Amino acid sequence: MTTNPLFIPVDTYLVDSLPEVWFGVLMFALAMYVALDGLDFGIGMLLPTRESEDEREILLEAFGPIWDANEVWLVAFGTILLAAFPPVYSALLSQNYLLVIAILFVLILRGIAPELREQQDDRTWKRRWDQAFFAGSLLTPFLLGVLVGTWVFGAGALSLPSLFVGLTVVTLSLFAGAVFLALKTTGSLRDEMARYGRLAAGGYLVAVVAVLATAFATNPHGVRSTILSGPVAAIVVTSIVLVAAGVVFSLRGRDRAWFLSTTTVAFLLVAFVGYLLYPVVYPTTGLTLRQAIVSPLALNVTTVLGLPVLVVVLLYFRYLYSVFAGPIEQGDGYGTGH
Amino acid sequence: MLGAELASRLQFGWTITIHILFASLSVGLAPFIVYLTWKDVRTGEQRYARLRDFWVKVFAIGFVMGTVTGIPMSFQFGTNFPIFSEVAGELIGGPLAFEAKMAFFLEAVFLGILLFGRERVSDRTYVLSSVLVGVGAWLSAFWILVVNAWMQTPQGFELVERNGMTIAQLTDPVAAFLTPRLPWMYVHMQNAAIISVTLLVGGIAAYFVWTKRDSETWGTALRIAVVMLLLTAPLQALHGDAYGRHVEDTQPQKFAAMEAHYETGQADLHLIAIPTSLDALNDPRAENLWTLSIPGLGSFLASGGDFDAEVLGLNEYESSPPVALVFWSFRFMVGLGFWFIALGLWGGYLTWKGRLTESDRYLQAMMLSTPLGFMAMLTGWYVTEIGRQPWVIQDVLRTSEAVSQTLTSTEATLSLAAFVVGYVALFGGFLYVFRRFIQMELDRIGVDPDERESDQPPITGVFTDDD
Repeated sequence: MTTNPLFIPVDTYLVDSLPEVWFGVLMFALAMYVALDGLDFGIGMLLPTRESEDEREILLEAFGPIWDANEVWLVAFGTILLAAFPPVYSALLSQNYLLVIAILFVLILRGIAPELREQQDDRTWKRRWDQAFFAGSLLTPFLLGVLVGTWVFGAGALSLPSLFVGLTVVTLSLFAGAVFLALKTTGSLRDEMARYGRLAAGGYLVAVVAVLATAFATNPHGVRSTILSGPVAAIVVTSIVLVAAGVVFSLRGRDRAWFLSTTTVAFLLVAFVGYLLYPVVYPTTGLTLRQAIVSPLALNVTTVLGLPVLVVVLLYFRYLYSVFAGPIEQGDGYGTGH
Repeated sequence: MLGAELASRLQFGWTITIHILFASLSVGLAPFIVYLTWKDVRTGEQRYARLRDFWVKVFAIGFVMGTVTGIPMSFQFGTNFPIFSEVAGELIGGPLAFEAKMAFFLEAVFLGILLFGRERVSDRTYVLSSVLVGVGAWLSAFWILVVNAWMQTPQGFELVERNGMTIAQLTDPVAAFLTPRLPWMYVHMQNAAIISVTLLVGGIAAYFVWTKRDSETWGTALRIAVVMLLLTAPLQALHGDAYGRHVEDTQPQKFAAMEAHYETGQADLHLIAIPTSLDALNDPRAENLWTLSIPGLGSFLASGGDFDAEVLGLNEYESSPPVALVFWSFRFMVGLGFWFIALGLWGGYLTWKGRLTESDRYLQAMMLSTPLGFMAMLTGWYVTEIGRQPWVIQDVLRTSEAVSQTLTSTEATLSLAAFVVGYVALFGGFLYVFRRFIQMELDRIGVDPDERESDQPPITGVFTDDD
């Protein structure tokens, strides 16, 4: 009854560890989102620090060509979660209903604000949309962090560790946004952004420690033992080293290296989340990765059709970022009208 | 407070109603933009560059709106219909993930280059970017329709027990991706998107031609629209007729709802139906109507040639979709479809006579038709989606069984209210920005603002909220 013209194995995974590979791919998509849209959020949070309209436009132009593409990683994350782990997708989204709806709305606010600010040459009008943009850029990473915290620690949206995960994602976004702006600007604006970047990096480390401490103290789902393990220590130490190296890079004006180290820090945060979740991918119900994964055939098809495409996607991301590399020029994005 | 099920259905229906307008705007505009970019590069004529610049701006704002209205949709399967996600996850998850990875990324990345990269890439790369954005939009629609077509005519799976639940497990990927409905749906939907955008382009062009008689640029756009309409509107009618037969074969209940056909037996076709009172609009049996019907034609169409063929009636089923809604949506769509054919033929005749930009009556008809393509598309979508009820996956899972068990009616009603208000605001925002583009174009083609005030043309259909 089963026809199989694709020559894809039906009863066994292409490789035995394929479910774990897809857990890795899922976390990779999340990390790309945190790192890339994170810098868009950071720019939104830094916007009110600029009084002059010219400087605000420079900030907006920095992310104009790339944010549409950055944002797609969230959809990639959601659909990969559905494609590989449908029970986790169902439980995570339906059990945190109001939180997810709130995230969607602040995300919408963030998305339309720069488009609408362009439409009138009126200071009050622009300032009002900038405030909306700021609010969306602050609240989205915070609520997303709380959602991820709730996923990992269970215990309801208002638990202390979850709130600190929210704060962690906010400080990380601010950090990434400032570093990206330092890379895209010159002169005194660059120096000031670099200074914000160093401050936010310090805030990020404090927030991470707060997550670890509160999770250790309250021990939701028995994470205490995991938090004291070697891999977590390695992740934390590497993060501290990278943040410290970033400070050195920033003082020497090596902003490209700084940006790369910042992106790595974002990836390490998601690695930490992945480590806490593995192998129980939904702690609230105790569902393990192997229980939640789709059947071998479905995962094999997703692998054969999906994984090569992901590689191509990374190639054209590289192309997009290279086209718009270097300091901002006139006509790069919002503000100059398109 | 509405119940969780009803509120969830209304929420999904409402968000997709708004989202689909922007999604089709992308799908329909893509070929126009590729054509105009290509003509611009090939001929170097100013008018193609100007038309292209105008519609790329519309495409860009439509894409932003499509993204922000679409991201919630990709999560609503989980928030409101988690049982559906769990039951069908293996079958729908793959295509939805392919949509994000193959299509959405392609569109978003190259749109960045199309909008902001004119000075940074070569002409050839620039034209290629416009093509890739279009390919992204069309692929995106393809994968979404793979999922929807599967829900209408599901196959390639078997029901198995997993984690204490009965779920659909993939057994045949080719059958599951290429369901019987997919080709019908894809052709009908893409063509509907092109017709919708053709009428939008034609209506806006007619408006500019009307305000400024010597507008060479927008006369060109109007001619393109007429040609497109002549190609696409008759195709939609012919294809729709055959599509109806396919629906009767695969979803007889939906077909019966379209004609409000209750008793199994010979079916008539109601060419025209007019309610004799307001109550008749809501009458699920569609009885108190003045109709112009052809006896047996329903049977003839459903069977492909037999006037006496037996057509299953709605009485055969335990529960029916909201029949009045399906019945009227279908009539609205078909009626508009015939109007589009007439509009195309009329425009073709005027073009042949060389009077296209001079006929006041035609320009007015075009302007009034600006939103009608989108309205026909939406009502067609309602026939498809509401007509399938009570099933979310035909004959496999009922909508009532697919809804979240933990969702309270308060949460569902609150979020529904938020989505109604939020998406009205988004749509209003889009109309506002679109109107700004039109004002800028009027300034550019040199229309005196005072003159414009006194001679406001009848374009109310598009701007009902803002004017």
